[in-house]
Amino acid sequence: MSRKARKGKSVLPGFGLTMGITVAMLSVLVLIPLASVLVYAFHMSWKEFLELMMRPNVRQAFVTSVSCAFVAAVLNCVFGLVLAWVLVRYEFPGKRLMDGMIELPFALPTAVAGITLSKMYSDEGILGRLLGYIGIKASYTKTGLTIALVFIGIPFVVRALQPVLEKLPGTYEEASTMLGASRSYTFRRVILPELMPALLTGFGLALARGIGEYGSVIYISGNSAKEGTQVVSYIIMQKLNSGNVDYEGAAAIALVLLLVSFFLLFLINMIQIAAGRRTKQ
Amino acid sequence: MEKHNNSEGKFVPYLLIGISVLFFLVMLVFPLAEVIYRSLKDGIEVYKSALAASNTLSALWVTLIATVIALVVNTFFGLCASWLLTKFEFRGKQVLSTLIDIPFSISPVIAGLAFIMTFGRVGWAKPIIDWFNGVFGTDISFVFSVPGVVLATIFVTFPFVSRELLPVMQAQGSAEEEAAAMMGARGFVIFRRVTFPHIKWALLYGMILCAARAFGEFGAVYAVSKARGKTFTLPLEIDALYMAGSSDSITQAFAVSSLLVLMAIIMLVLKQIVEYRGKVMEE
Amino acid sequence: MRKKNILKKGLLLGMSMMMALGITTGCGNSSGSNNNGSSNNSGGSSKEESETVKLTNVSYDPTRELYEQYNKIFAEHYKETTGKTIEVTQSHGGSGSQARSVVEGNEADVVTLALAHDITMIEEAGLIEEGWLDEFEGNSSPYTSTITFLVRKGNEKDIHDWDDLIKPGVGIITPDPKSSGGACWNFLAAWYYADKKFSGDEKKVKDFMSKLYDNVLVMDSGARGATTTFVENGQGDVLIAWENEALLSVKEYPDEYEMVTPSISIKAEPSVAIVDENANKNGTQDVAKEYLEYLYSDDAQKLAGENYYRPSNEEILKTFSDTFDLSVDLCSIDDFGGWDQAYKDFFEDDAIFDEIYNQ
Repeated sequence: MSRKARKGKSVLPGFGLTMGITVAMLSVLVLIPLASVLVYAFHMSWKEFLELMMRPNVRQAFVTSVSCAFVAAVLNCVFGLVLAWVLVRYEFPGKRLMDGMIELPFALPTAVAGITLSKMYSDEGILGRLLGYIGIKASYTKTGLTIALVFIGIPFVVRALQPVLEKLPGTYEEASTMLGASRSYTFRRVILPELMPALLTGFGLALARGIGEYGSVIYISGNSAKEGTQVVSYIIMQKLNSGNVDYEGAAAIALVLLLVSFFLLFLINMIQIAAGRRTKQ
Repeated sequence: MEKHNNSEGKFVPYLLIGISVLFFLVMLVFPLAEVIYRSLKDGIEVYKSALAASNTLSALWVTLIATVIALVVNTFFGLCASWLLTKFEFRGKQVLSTLIDIPFSISPVIAGLAFIMTFGRVGWAKPIIDWFNGVFGTDISFVFSVPGVVLATIFVTFPFVSRELLPVMQAQGSAEEEAAAMMGARGFVIFRRVTFPHIKWALLYGMILCAARAFGEFGAVYAVSKARGKTFTLPLEIDALYMAGSSDSITQAFAVSSLLVLMAIIMLVLKQIVEYRGKVMEE
Repeated sequence: MRKKNILKKGLLLGMSMMMALGITTGCGNSSGSNNNGSSNNSGGSSKEESETVKLTNVSYDPTRELYEQYNKIFAEHYKETTGKTIEVTQSHGGSGSQARSVVEGNEADVVTLALAHDITMIEEAGLIEEGWLDEFEGNSSPYTSTITFLVRKGNEKDIHDWDDLIKPGVGIITPDPKSSGGACWNFLAAWYYADKKFSGDEKKVKDFMSKLYDNVLVMDSGARGATTTFVENGQGDVLIAWENEALLSVKEYPDEYEMVTPSISIKAEPSVAIVDENANKNGTQDVAKEYLEYLYSDDAQKLAGENYYRPSNEEILKTFSDTFDLSVDLCSIDDFGGWDQAYKDFFEDDAIFDEIYNQ
């Protein structure tokens, strides 16, 4: 009832059609197959489930995955904002090259990225030696893990921000500056709010991708339960590859992982839709 | 005040450019240089023979099929979904929007397993497929086959296009479309004439991300593709070469990786050209 | 029409695995045309081609080189004896995940995996008939291997036996037994050594193992990954590895690595089996049997030796005495009561491995 009433507000056509297509495709290509796996989690009893989740290595893996992905997403927002800003607003030699190469982390197969990064940041590698001088060990530590997640997440933030920044007319800032506002004030109060939805999208995607990441972190993390560098995806793989395949355990962990990132994404989408409403008014 | 602004204004760009260039070098150029250096380490002949190997060509073919189909499916989906999510208010919007993003956050390992548990030997849909094959005399299989690779690729790249479109369409609002609708324009005309010009670059970005990700996907495809030279994609072929362990095959692995990087760069250059033309036309 | 054609050939050729025709939308069209293309090609020269037999061998990581060469000599042999052409599709990966893929529908005609336990998993899923372990000689292991150490040239840390691994400051690389079959062999070999050394005092043995795993720097998910960490990324002082892997690395980089054989190790038996359900469906039962039997022929045994696997044929093994240290005292999985028992005792959740590793 209320849906109908609300829907009636829009004069635009295509609600039924797009709704039908969206829901149908989403169900067939994503939700139903996914449910077929996750249903295995319900073969466990609550007790088994809790026991599994409370296992030290499982708990540790969740802490590691979420915290490293979060730190990496924050770093990506900072650097992504700078990169996007520079790419849109300034002219300098090599800009096009830089612009073109932002997607590299997507194009590089995650396994190759992982192997390359772990080599570069190991004690023998060029960057690993550099970091060694200032006393940081990157490969086979959480630092390395976070670096790998920054690597795979950066395009999400840059590419989410770029189109919006391009649309953002320079006149906003000019007006604000003319009115006597400082640049940082202009940035904080005028530009940042405009960028917020896109920035949040980028943050959310980088975070979500980082939490579930497998290929690129598996080589650099060292997978040591003692050092706490096992990620959740690794535990899932461990359950599946062990001599006694544990579908239930793998599905249960995947389900919890999904709920965690679902919750995070949901939060971000709420903020985003709220922000969208504000700009519309 | 003015003066202060100006001096800050000069300093800030250099600082920002400096940070960007540094980040860019360390995070993106170094790994790329490493890949290229390693691929050419043993000379151009090794490089060429690695690319001409029949397994590489077959993998390239499968990768292209999977990418093109994923691109078509996900673009169509992305347009529908972002139209739905930005032009209408309805209950459950946030939930739907979040559900679309699931493939991002699901571990790729589970993504591959999803299709196995649906269509594989132990999957619930297996009897349906068997029945279908029996009745129509076909021999369809959705896992450990090319269609399985395609499905897994679609899955992992599912939200890319819609994710890129949403912020732009949201920022755009729907006033123009509403005006057009009031004036009696029909749905598709509104989209083509009013919406599309605003979103075309974001759409292109989304498609490029989708394609680039589709080229490079490993985990999900790995679960449903086991036959080298038949259902392997380029990333799987790279992994197979790398895992072969000898220093020759590692060089070959990097040579094939450079092919993927090259594919991505070609697309990005194309994007730049299209974009430049678009801007010139507008002026 | 086209689809029917494909079906006929598909059945004829017994290649059900690859004949993947999608029905849905685009995916059906393109992959379908892809398959049309390939089967038209292979069917192009008509009758002669219809004699082509297809076989899928699902194997584990380190056997890539071996089977690449073996498939060639088997194809020659098969052509000579039957006049038919055989085309073998190989699949490699971690042994456990390869076994799982067969259970999940990867249509292997034969499996050649790292340990019997993984084949038992396929048997339990109903794909392999009971008694496969005795179907071929020597627990169905045409070649064996053992566990040795790979150290950096010069062996600065003076590593000669399992004892030396628990010295402080020795960095060990070994994969995770929870996800790698090879790592299970590593663990059991060390355990057997400690068990002998402390004459079965379980507390001391566990203490030894705990110290050993304290020295582990990086625990990769698979044997090949561990080799990469050690060889390519230069981590650690010693890699606990399959003998064949270690020898391969030494051959590849003779100036950088040397292999050390400990006094005691384990006889690792990679097993082979026919996947009956698939072979019966594809009509490949006979050729699959011949494929695996031919592994025991003199030519194949030599080939195994050349690829650093210990041939099961004693005579041929002796000719490789330069390559292998034949004096090493080898225990076998039977000393642990067979794989199922060993897995339960050591590697399941909360079993001994968890106990000593999480201590």
